Amino acid sequence: MATMAEKIFSWKLGRDVEPGEFVVAPVDISYFQDGTGPLGIRRFNEFSDKVADPRKVHFFIDHASPSPRKELSNDHRFIREFARRMGTYLHEYGEGISHQIMVEEFAKPGDIIVGADSHTCTLGALAAFATGVGSTDAAIAMSEGGLWFRIPESYRIEVSGELEKGVYSKDLILYIIGKLGADGATYKSAEFHGEAISKLSQEARFTISNMAIEMGAKVGLIPTDDETFRYLKSIRGDQEFLNVVPDEDASYEKTFYFDAKNIPPGVAAPHNVDNWKPIDEVAGTPINQVYIGTCTNGRIEDFRIAAQILKGRKKHRDVTLIIAPASKRVYIQAVTEGLIKIFIEAGGVVLPPGCGPCVGIHAGVPADNEVVLSTQNRNFKGRMGNPSAEIYLASPATAAASALKGVITDPREYL
Amino acid sequence: MEGMTILRGRVWKFGDNISTDHIIPGRYYHLRSNLPELAKHVMEDADPEFPKKVKPGDFIVAGKNFGMGSSREHAAIVIKLANVSAVIAKSFARIFFRNAINNGLPVIIADTDKIDDGDELEVDLEKGVIRNLTKNIEIKIQPLPKVMLDILKEGGIVEYIKKYSRLPVTE
Repeated sequence: MATMAEKIFSWKLGRDVEPGEFVVAPVDISYFQDGTGPLGIRRFNEFSDKVADPRKVHFFIDHASPSPRKELSNDHRFIREFARRMGTYLHEYGEGISHQIMVEEFAKPGDIIVGADSHTCTLGALAAFATGVGSTDAAIAMSEGGLWFRIPESYRIEVSGELEKGVYSKDLILYIIGKLGADGATYKSAEFHGEAISKLSQEARFTISNMAIEMGAKVGLIPTDDETFRYLKSIRGDQEFLNVVPDEDASYEKTFYFDAKNIPPGVAAPHNVDNWKPIDEVAGTPINQVYIGTCTNGRIEDFRIAAQILKGRKKHRDVTLIIAPASKRVYIQAVTEGLIKIFIEAGGVVLPPGCGPCVGIHAGVPADNEVVLSTQNRNFKGRMGNPSAEIYLASPATAAASALKGVITDPREYL
Repeated sequence: MEGMTILRGRVWKFGDNISTDHIIPGRYYHLRSNLPELAKHVMEDADPEFPKKVKPGDFIVAGKNFGMGSSREHAAIVIKLANVSAVIAKSFARIFFRNAINNGLPVIIADTDKIDDGDELEVDLEKGVIRNLTKNIEIKIQPLPKVMLDILKEGGIVEYIKKYSRLPVTE
């Protein structure tokens, strides 16, 4: 009977829930980043003086990390002081992006998690009901240990077949968002199913769930399977995790069908994520900057794909190539495997783990009218700090190939 | 919302998919702990004239999916600080919608095709109707869930919790 979202809430509440119902549910983890934390703390201070359970609260200094301005240094100090006083987790400069640390170390299948960052939905690839909220809602969860929710209706997105060589989960999700639209799943729980999804590695699945918000979804859930548990155990050792799959007769408000073999490499063209174009249509577009990283595509598998293309080659003279690992774990692994050396020798600039230029305040703000190709999740006007810049979104392979040629390039030329 | 169930003002019309980066660009990230300064840049990337010319009581009216993108609650806060009386759109992105309610900023779902830039509106929140005084027509408002009306009535979620010492939904 129950979809994944309904199942998770039913378990937590000890009773069956229906879509449309308003409930108060316990929250397993609430978290903040440095752009939303200071407001969250100020709001918390207006109505509370006690954190329900400090070991269920995390602060991440990942957006402006390290700080480029005194105002932000002051914000960071404000966060540190609060986290230490309350005894919550505090993740410092160099540790990485909140969502990446969450999937590596903390989020579990079946958890209810709220994060004061819209890409909290990344954790849905581990079958956690994880959703982005404002600072105030996260502050309420921090104080009360719970929050009110409306149980969402569910959409089922069924992807058959297998992705062709040179086509990645980023291409798949950009294609799906292009078809459904930037508000195509507004408020819904988007569940991803089918052969193409089960064949993806866990790391590739995070890219899918990460971008569920870009079609408006509240969560982007992927059922657990052997690959989910392999990933979790590879980092956290031999623990028991819940198996979270929908009932066979679960009812979905809508079901969408896609065939993976029909999907080519693609991009989201400026200025909306649903502005999908096949690579053929945009190949040859001159670019000034390439960014490989973020919570969307800054994982070790992404770096291996990029390094395979960049190895022994040099970036185009007119392109700035910026690379940022999503976490310290990714960074160390990339160093160990020699990937960072490949990036540096190719002419790349490697930033510390964090959100990097995707935030629009530091470490890669484009000049007027420049064109950027990035592996991030958003290309809105002004996103990278300059409203006259144009941003294309693509896979790490397309990004690496384009960095070599100085124009948007089909990665299959190098594979 | 009490004492302001009838809102009156002039329309600033925008299109579909106004993102939180339009509403408050990331390049002003460092001003997030200085809300009055931050608010000077409200809607700057959607219309650079807006922050200079918006008047208390004015309405922001848009197409579908207003507030898409980031979870930054500052987007709802700077609109409220500009004394905009309400945002009216065909649909809203989820996080922005909830942030607006939490901050006591009325967000109204209605068909906005017959509202143009510069129109004078009167919005009756209790009767659920928008009167376009310029075009002399009435437009129905899609009613809000009770929990959201309850929060709006108190002027926001923090005020609600301070008054009732509980969440607006109980199990």
